[in-house]
Amino acid sequence: MTAAIAIDGLEVIFDRFRALKGVSLEVRSGESFGLVGESGSGKSTLLRAIAGLAPVASGSITVNGKKLGPRRDKAFYREVQMVFQDPYGSLHPRQTVDRLLQEPLAIHGFADGEKRIQRALDEVGLGSGFRFRYSHQLSGGQRQRVAIARALILEPSILLLDEPTSALDASVQAEVLNLLEEVRRRRKLTFLMVSHDLAIVTHMCERLMVMQGGEAVENLTAAQLVAHRVTEDYTRNLLRASEGFVRTA
Amino acid sequence: MSAETIQSRRDWLLSERPASRMQARLGRAYVAWRRFSANRLAFLGLLIIIALLVVAALAGVLAPYSPTFGDLKGSRLLAPSAEHWFGTDDLGRDILSRILYGSRWTLYVVILVAIIAAPIGLLVGTVAGYAGGWIDAILMRITDIFLAFPKLILALAFVAALGPGIENAVLAIAITSWPPYARIARAETLTVRNSDYIKAVQLMGASPFRIVLRHIMPLCISSLIIRVTLDMAGIILTAAGLGFLGLGAQPPLPEWGTMIASGRRFVLDQWWVAGAPGFAILIVSLGFNLLGDGLRDALDPRSGDQ
Amino acid sequence: MSTQSKGTLLDVDDLRVTFPTRTGLIEAVRGVSFSLGRERLGIVGESGSGKSQTGRAIMGLTPPQARISANKLAFDGIDLLAASPRERRALRGKRIAMILQDPKYSLDPVMSIGRQIVETLRTHEKVGKAEARDRALAMLEAVQIRDPARVFDLHPHEVSGGMGQRAMIAMMLIAGPEMMIADEPTSALDVTVQLDVLGILDRLVSERGMGLIFISHDLRLVSSFCDRVIVMYAGKVVEQLKASELGRAQHPYTRGLLNCMPRIGFERHPLPVLDRKPEWAA
Repeated sequence: MTAAIAIDGLEVIFDRFRALKGVSLEVRSGESFGLVGESGSGKSTLLRAIAGLAPVASGSITVNGKKLGPRRDKAFYREVQMVFQDPYGSLHPRQTVDRLLQEPLAIHGFADGEKRIQRALDEVGLGSGFRFRYSHQLSGGQRQRVAIARALILEPSILLLDEPTSALDASVQAEVLNLLEEVRRRRKLTFLMVSHDLAIVTHMCERLMVMQGGEAVENLTAAQLVAHRVTEDYTRNLLRASEGFVRTA
Repeated sequence: MSAETIQSRRDWLLSERPASRMQARLGRAYVAWRRFSANRLAFLGLLIIIALLVVAALAGVLAPYSPTFGDLKGSRLLAPSAEHWFGTDDLGRDILSRILYGSRWTLYVVILVAIIAAPIGLLVGTVAGYAGGWIDAILMRITDIFLAFPKLILALAFVAALGPGIENAVLAIAITSWPPYARIARAETLTVRNSDYIKAVQLMGASPFRIVLRHIMPLCISSLIIRVTLDMAGIILTAAGLGFLGLGAQPPLPEWGTMIASGRRFVLDQWWVAGAPGFAILIVSLGFNLLGDGLRDALDPRSGDQ
Repeated sequence: MSTQSKGTLLDVDDLRVTFPTRTGLIEAVRGVSFSLGRERLGIVGESGSGKSQTGRAIMGLTPPQARISANKLAFDGIDLLAASPRERRALRGKRIAMILQDPKYSLDPVMSIGRQIVETLRTHEKVGKAEARDRALAMLEAVQIRDPARVFDLHPHEVSGGMGQRAMIAMMLIAGPEMMIADEPTSALDVTVQLDVLGILDRLVSERGMGLIFISHDLRLVSSFCDRVIVMYAGKVVEQLKASELGRAQHPYTRGLLNCMPRIGFERHPLPVLDRKPEWAA
């Protein structure tokens, strides 16, 4: 099987801060891969570097067999799309859902916009009643559905997910996670998902990489994590923390 | 229209589930209008501006006398009376008529300056803010140069170079008033350029030009409209100032600033000659200021919700 | 410590908080009743459940346009609704303390952490400068800050989120309050730091015999930390139970909330989702 995303020795430097220190990674086509870590681990930076939103200092990123240069072309964005963490910040405050979904179609010159918007809204379970609403008329979960619809409307093969549910209530989170799994199954998508929550990553992903301070700590399968077969102390700490508070006294 | 149809129309406008692009847009405008009209002072400002527009349009009908020809023999410097409500000036012209006609020139100046200066400021500011780097540095240093001079002095210099006249005064004011707009647009752009929704559009593969034009400019426009409206008073005063100094509108044009300048000589004995146009400037400036304040509350993007 | 060591610290009966809006009245809290002893009480709910407004109403931090009513809202026998603003100010900080989610917003950015703690202490007690400083340093040590003397002189932006939240706890506990309201105190922190902060909070609360109201959206975390849990939905209490008996929760909302979270080692695809019934809010 070919690699959907292959990253080799990736370094990202903001000003003088090394956010990523030579990270390598391979995501197989059709796989769901998780990146886990705490704030400052570089997991979101890695995702943004792939999307072309972070300054790559050295190393290489290959997507579907094509090595990426410093600039992304339009064809890249038809292959790779992203869903952001904060549904309140990722939708333009002055645009209706309709306008938000139309924009990618207009940029890429699709003619059958009407049909595609309708289908995209149906796919994320919103229906046409939401089409002409502004984002402030939507709840957090609905906003995230719109963001997913926008990411899917160009029919990419790879979806980058940056903590897509961490700003949502638990019950809404379940709905959005189910939706993501469903579209992945239906469209045979490759997921690269960032989360600080081990439970979410093991639920969504087959393999995962634990990161800390801009470096990879270890690579695991979800099954290994479930069985607590981890080798690094840091991962063990994360696992323990995810089980809730334990009174020591 | 019965109360029922009004109510159903209101429901249609405020619908949480608009059925068309049009309804969504109208609904948004209606919400802004409700917020605006709830502010009484702003409403007063709007009424003043509407009155100004009506007066300018109908000056020919409303004015009892000619604005440029007076009766030099019998009616020089008459005090306000039933025939001449605001009195007459040193050339025997009816001041009321001159003020009514003068509203056209005031509007002319204000509108032209807004049309020229606001788009320049918007373009410079958004491009500088979005591009960053050396483009930003160059554009902003140019802006700084313009900002470094007092507005009236710079306008004076331009008019001195271009020659006196109302068109040149407009040009001079426009050239001196865009830098603050560029600053506002740039500041606004800087706050949104790193937001996720702009990143999302970048990830759609949109060109920088498209992002600035279609996604950033609409966000800057409301704060710009507010600022321009608030600046209107200043523009009127600058135009009047240029007129007063003899560098704006030239006699016998009934421009308010020029009228004050020519009335200055009699200000102690015949106060109405300078006082009436001064009062007109005051009222219109006040109107624009009140309107601007109201727009700020109604259009503020940060209170975008309901 | 003045009053009785046992018994009720806070008594809330039929608390209601109403906000007037353009479109009518919105009831954020609709008749909440509970009492708090010297224990850890968790209030859990999703956004819009009224959990934070409940905490704010007790604290007297509700926005001025809101209306608060209650049959009883009493702290240690003092009727909070009848108390004058001055009396409430005196209670706040001295006997009731509150910790908010993000220390970045609740600490003064232009004052050093140490000075903020000293100021807090000196507004509530008459102590000399030197003594105040010593007590502030001791407090910083109590919240497990390794180098208190250094942190004392730092400004809030110079410390990490976890350190900031510890400083916040130090500031809140310096005057020795009898009750503390913590509104999502660890939600902005990394999971490992979160547990450190909770550990500190837990130790201080039990050492000092304080009453703690722990407001959070995280049912699992609350149940592992608190003695008792109140579950709120749409401004109402839908269930009150012991944290240890959470597994035996009766209300479908509580059960749904517990169920819908992914858990390591429990494969469920798709995740069960919450089917909200209108009668829950009735």
